[in-house]
Amino acid sequence: MKFELPKLPYALDALKPIISEQTLNFHYGKHHQAYVNNLNNLVAGTEFENADLETIVKKAEGGIFNNGAQVWNHTFYFFQFAVAPKAIPEGKLLAAIEAKWESFDAFKEAFSKAAATLFGSGWAWLVKTDAGDLDIVQTSNAGNPMRDGLTPLMTCDVWEHAYYLDKQNVRPAYIADFWKIIDWKVIEERF
Amino acid sequence: MSFELPKLNYSYSALEPYIDAQTVEVHYSKHHQGYTNNLNNAVGGSELEGKTIEEILNGVSAQSVAVRNNGGGFYNHNLYWDVLTPGGANRPEGDLLKAIENDFGSFDQFVDNFAKAAATRFGSGWAWLVKQGDKLVVSSTPNQDNPLMDVADVQGTPVLGIDVWEHAYYLKYQNRRPEYINAFMQAVNWDIVNDYYKK
Repeated sequence: MKFELPKLPYALDALKPIISEQTLNFHYGKHHQAYVNNLNNLVAGTEFENADLETIVKKAEGGIFNNGAQVWNHTFYFFQFAVAPKAIPEGKLLAAIEAKWESFDAFKEAFSKAAATLFGSGWAWLVKTDAGDLDIVQTSNAGNPMRDGLTPLMTCDVWEHAYYLDKQNVRPAYIADFWKIIDWKVIEERF
Repeated sequence: MSFELPKLNYSYSALEPYIDAQTVEVHYSKHHQGYTNNLNNAVGGSELEGKTIEEILNGVSAQSVAVRNNGGGFYNHNLYWDVLTPGGANRPEGDLLKAIENDFGSFDQFVDNFAKAAATRFGSGWAWLVKQGDKLVVSSTPNQDNPLMDVADVQGTPVLGIDVWEHAYYLKYQNRRPEYINAFMQAVNWDIVNDYYKK
């Protein structure tokens, strides 16, 4: 088996009550694991058999893309959370956020809106452009901004499986809670 | 005139054990109601006011994303709750059965095709049994699109639709979509599907 489910840097009950242990059990233990398993099955005997995950995300199509990108997206998502997160960005990242959105609060509002209004399954992203500016983008299903030459910095999974056990139809409540576990130290490092 | 959420002709628990009461309640009173409200907001004061939902969907390529998403959500859920009415035949009969056997070989083969379309729709969407003239076909659509829409790959009249958005099954089945699909097939009222087929 080439691709493996990465071990999380926290326990499955560590993010509660923001994200419940039950949600993480399914989201990480079932969905993320299934994308890894499907990817390993699908790449066997194809041009992507020995490719790294980033190449698959950028170049593959169909089922290999869907599962490969979902492996990448979920790893990126889970690894931005922490039990004792750094609550606000500082330094160069904060300056870049303020240059684009005037204030950190205005950025949070714009990102929350992008996450709330993505129709169906998908992701909202904070990204860095080639020029070094920040932007917010939405992708459907397994979509990933690297396909468009952008560098992802932070993401919010708005597939219903990310929040339905905890919040049901109230996606905005999930997004409001999402900010409480984002570790800005991780996002600063990605920046 | 505005669109109204159709009354559910059964209790939230009536589809147990196939679809649980909590799921029916949230799905109907929150999601379906939400699409209905948002559709009315999108249509209100526009040239679409007074048109039927079918007329709106037939020409949806010329409309806003809000009309497409919420008009589809309104229509699709109307059909969904209607065909799940408890107490009907658990297999098609008469002309509908003949048509299914004619176009799919057998009822079991149709169920396999329909379940596969529902299981393999990636992300949110629907799988359909569609009437095209005198022919039946199976298809699937993303998000809240449907076969009435002029943007659909497979166009025709839906006679059976299964919602495979995760909100349709996550509280009871979580990641096990195939189990939900199997349960849904146990709860279909084929008398009602037959009514749609004859329309």
